[in-house]
Amino acid sequence: MDQTSNQRAKYFISKPIDQFFIGVYDISKFVVQFFREVFAPPYEYQEVVKQCYHVGYKSLSLITLTAFITGIVFTDHSRPALADFGATSWLPSLTGIAIVKALAPLITSLICAGKVGSQIGAELGSMKVTEQIDAMEVSAINPFKFLVVTRVLATTFMVPLLTLYSAFIGLTGSFLDVHGKDQTSLTAFIHDAFFKIGYAEILSTLIRSIMFGFTIGIVGCYKGFTTSQGTEGVGRAANSSVVIIMFLVFIEEMVVVKFFNPLYMQ
Amino acid sequence: MIVMDNDKHTHNNNREVVISIKGLYKSFEDNDVLQGIDFELHKGENVVVLGRSGSGKSVLIKIISGLMKPDKGVVKVLGKEVHRLTKKELIDLRLKIGFLFQHSALYDSMTVKENLEFPLKRNVKDISQEQIDKAVKEVLEAVGLADTADQMPTELSGGQQKRIGIARTIIMKPEIILYDEPTSGLDPLTSYEINDLINEVQHKSKASSIIITHDLTCAKKTGDRILMLIDGKFVRQGNFEEVFDTKDERVKGFYDYNFIE
Ligand SMILES: Nc1ncnc2c1ncn2[C@@H]1O[C@H](COP(=O)(O)OP(=O)(O)OP(=O)(O)O)[C@@H](O)[C@H]1O
Ligand SMILES: [Mg+2]
Repeated sequence: MDQTSNQRAKYFISKPIDQFFIGVYDISKFVVQFFREVFAPPYEYQEVVKQCYHVGYKSLSLITLTAFITGIVFTDHSRPALADFGATSWLPSLTGIAIVKALAPLITSLICAGKVGSQIGAELGSMKVTEQIDAMEVSAINPFKFLVVTRVLATTFMVPLLTLYSAFIGLTGSFLDVHGKDQTSLTAFIHDAFFKIGYAEILSTLIRSIMFGFTIGIVGCYKGFTTSQGTEGVGRAANSSVVIIMFLVFIEEMVVVKFFNPLYMQ
Repeated sequence: MIVMDNDKHTHNNNREVVISIKGLYKSFEDNDVLQGIDFELHKGENVVVLGRSGSGKSVLIKIISGLMKPDKGVVKVLGKEVHRLTKKELIDLRLKIGFLFQHSALYDSMTVKENLEFPLKRNVKDISQEQIDKAVKEVLEAVGLADTADQMPTELSGGQQKRIGIARTIIMKPEIILYDEPTSGLDPLTSYEINDLINEVQHKSKASSIIITHDLTCAKKTGDRILMLIDGKFVRQGNFEEVFDTKDERVKGFYDYNFIE
């Protein structure tokens, strides 16, 4: 990897704007390289499994806690609004839609951004500044394949799974709240909650969470791989990974909900 | 002023050239680091590169191994022009080059043993676990750290890390070895052993090496030929005595401020 490629002396427009477009160009190249290398053997199965385990292990407890609390709190906050219309029986349906379609994918990907994205950025960043990535390269091992491809695959695979899990936990929280206050039975809750949720909704959630997972892996790896300026740079890589991932997750969410969902829903 | 040791030179001419560099230039923005390097390394030869901190020694070997691109110049390793190779060709070439990083660059998420196995497992087809274990044991014994196999690199001292770095460099039995300051941060006794090890590797496996160092004892003990890198050029070359037999203050200073023997 040429270590001087991101040093440019002159600016076309102004430094920040140029840097933004250079960043977009570099990250696109990074994504293209990912797709080129992911299909070419040899495959690092073991390392992918190990990374999947790390992603799940690191975020599971926090996702459980957050999803559960969100389920309860969201249900509780929605109750008065429905009560005004005497429509509290609609609560399970409302929370079902909100959790499965919006909250679960967002909560999961934001937590993974903080827990996993930053960790990938910091880990690869410190490997970069201590020349471990160069060491792999000179020992004829492809660091992109071993470090980037495995981590991106792991997040792309695990975030959807964790999203389904957090939807389940969120609905559990919601059920406990509804059951406690309105004595709704479990079968009635399930029936109502999934009344408005079909395959299309679940598919949309899965597709978005696959995108979020991919974003988390790619941005964390990109920031780590392009770290410079010693240990201070490592902190910056971790930090900017989280910021960029969160920003992109919301943009992607909006784009999919506003432009793609209308195409096949209704 | 360049001292050419004629005897040694004619002798060298009969030997195969494994690294050849012509007109090499490298700058970082307005920092001109290498300014016209010409150099040949012959088969079985140990060449020591001396130079002050920041003179571009590490940059030179990073260019040789293809980690950095030169601005100008031709770098040939084992007859192949490093910066014009395809990915596949570069991988094949790198299997024949060992690289010891200045700060060891051990993989800190792996144990010492996993660090050593890593290049073997990935690059040598159909190697059995037994063969791997044997190779690991062999290099660990060579660097005198046989009992650290299951430790993490962060649990080792800087000098021990350096020695594991050397073990990882020689485990693939490379034809060319680039040592970046193999003895820095080591006590005199360990340095002595490392110098012996470098010479032993040279004799046993007929490897050719470039050894970057500040340590004149190391230079004297391991170098068949010594090059002095000053202001981006090799200003002197020859054996130890020849290089320092000069009135050039920049070279003499290097000797005078170094305590040896
Ligand atoms: N990636 C890089 N980007 C910008 N400048 C660099 C880079 N690598 C090295 N340099 C510069 O090149 C010069 C030579 O660096 P190099 O690491 O080769 O020195 P050295 O001779 O190995 O010194 P030391 O003995 O301290 O290790 C230094 O001035 C350094 O700042
Ligand atoms: Mg150096």
